[in-house]
Amino acid sequence: MPDMHSPVVILLLSLFAGAIRVSTPYLFVSLGECLTEKGGRVNLGLEGILVSGAMSAYAVSYLTGSPWAGVVAAGLAGVLLGCVHGLVCSLPRVSDIAFGIALMLLGTGLAFYLGKPFIEPQAPMLPSIDLGAWSASPQLHNALHINLLFVIGVVLSFVLHWGLRSTRWGMTLRLVGDHAETARAMGYPLMRIRIAATAVGGMFAGVGGAYLSLVYPGSWNEGLSSGQGLMAVALVIFARWQPVRCLWAALLFGAAGALGPALQAIGVTSGYYLYNAAPYVLTLVIMIINCRPDRTLAGAPGELSLTR
Amino acid sequence: MRLNAPAARLILSVLPAVPTVLALLSALALFALFLLVQGQPALDALGLIFQGAFGSSFAWQNTLLRASPLMLTALCVALPAQVGLVVIGGEGALALGGMCAAIVPQMLPPGTSWLVATPLMALAGMLAGGAWIGGVGALRQWRGVNETISSLLMSYIAIALFKHLVEGPLRDPASLNKPSTPPIPDALMIGPIPGLDMHWGLVFGVLACIAAWVFVRFSTKGFAMRVVGGSDRAARLVGLPVNQLALAACVLGGAAAGLAGMFEVAAVQGSANASLLAGYGYAGILVAFAARQNPLAIIVCALMIGGIQASGSLLQRRLDLPDATTLVFQGLLFANLLAWEALGGRIAAWRIRLQAAALADVPVQLGETHA
Repeated sequence: MPDMHSPVVILLLSLFAGAIRVSTPYLFVSLGECLTEKGGRVNLGLEGILVSGAMSAYAVSYLTGSPWAGVVAAGLAGVLLGCVHGLVCSLPRVSDIAFGIALMLLGTGLAFYLGKPFIEPQAPMLPSIDLGAWSASPQLHNALHINLLFVIGVVLSFVLHWGLRSTRWGMTLRLVGDHAETARAMGYPLMRIRIAATAVGGMFAGVGGAYLSLVYPGSWNEGLSSGQGLMAVALVIFARWQPVRCLWAALLFGAAGALGPALQAIGVTSGYYLYNAAPYVLTLVIMIINCRPDRTLAGAPGELSLTR
Repeated sequence: MRLNAPAARLILSVLPAVPTVLALLSALALFALFLLVQGQPALDALGLIFQGAFGSSFAWQNTLLRASPLMLTALCVALPAQVGLVVIGGEGALALGGMCAAIVPQMLPPGTSWLVATPLMALAGMLAGGAWIGGVGALRQWRGVNETISSLLMSYIAIALFKHLVEGPLRDPASLNKPSTPPIPDALMIGPIPGLDMHWGLVFGVLACIAAWVFVRFSTKGFAMRVVGGSDRAARLVGLPVNQLALAACVLGGAAAGLAGMFEVAAVQGSANASLLAGYGYAGILVAFAARQNPLAIIVCALMIGGIQASGSLLQRRLDLPDATTLVFQGLLFANLLAWEALGGRIAAWRIRLQAAALADVPVQLGETHA
């Protein structure tokens, strides 16, 4: 048994706990982005959807007293904003990247406006499952408080992996995203499929937002999201558009995001802001390593404007 | 509809503004609807936005104070857009530019004349901003890293660096409640334009936009940049130095945002502190898109967006609306601006007809054009 009080063990444990706790929003948003991009579109507005989802979840949880109703509301808000992105980007000459930036602004604006009355009151939180009762160490016990949304996210990533690979729906979506001309020639309704993929992707991002406001950090305020929605786009590139890899990547990002608080827990406080920037640096480094100027990435959907 | 040549020329000159005007109108309509649904007095709110933006000399001052950094941060989007890059990291370039400008006076001997110090501060700000966004451009051209994502990440990193340095190594021990760098000596502060309650940043913002417009429109390098923006492949085929041009556009854009930071520090805040992170970099994205990446149109659009932001406090006071109200309006405006881009094909068809009418002096049928 290693010494549970040595700083290194505490640091590793809080990184492990953080990986699980912080990763869930990354996981949901990246799965949503993955699905959207499989259809050949990029939705940078998932950041706005994440914030809207967080606000809707918190507001509905407070008003109805049921956090799960909040999760449903967050999903619906995501579908709604996803539909807006899908529909407007189906118009000719509208850039999906630019409209994503607009949706980022609109989504956060709406969330801040409508969420103003909900900053003060305390809404009921989502319960978590205690898997660590056997452990004598309070840190380990704490780390194993796992939320059901995380479990759902893990299951979802495997289901999506299977769905995209082995179902008719998944293959149609991939065809639309890889080669629109072929899909059109085969008579598939291109626009409708893309809009549906963006809407479902938006739903996932909305649920990711529900985790932010109802689990961790577990409150609603205007500084709730720190760009997780946007980093998820880079995360999908890192995961090479594979849902199960999104899971591992999300855990890695979660650990990076937990670095600042984890170092604080063992008394390192000097470079607080710098350690908190770890996920951004990690994302940037990953993109630098993975991208090449002369060819598109392996696994990238062929119709994607992002990687061209 | 029959048109003579002068009328055709007139319509031709306002044609590029048509989607922007339509977007503004539809955004206003949607915003009014949004307020009406909640039982808010929509017309009063629209009136107050106008009043809070341009209704009094105080409103104008508030608007201009916001518009001048917006002109410079919008250039940080519009210049890279000439080579086809979507850069959205102006906020970080502004923060670093402001911070670097703020530490220059400490390195100069006390009593240095503003004639020496102010240009050096501007240079420091521009170098910092230019290097930061230039890095984004370099990553794009030589590593193929998507510039939209990397510029925002670089912006987050810049803001973290800014907070770390301003609250740590560069902090003035005397700034207790609000961590700041040591204040800039009064002699080095940039004063108001004579006769106006507005600092010189406005003049430099306007000049920068005009210079950028002349550069993009009339210089060979500017033309080359637009060729790259039109088609990367065509530009390479005719032997243009695509990578250098893209890098130059990013450096110039970043320098503009850095200069905005310098003016915020040297004319408004008096030191680098968290008030610098007021979102001018992000609002500049909206300004640039509203101006359809035309540097000259940025001047007008910066006044418009600056005005909308300035009206926020009036809406809050009079109608008790949340401070995010102007954010909702800006979001709706941005979304509508892009949605009306769909009209582009139709407009191109009109332009060809109008050009023919303007040149040939022959009346044309305008009603039957189809995209």
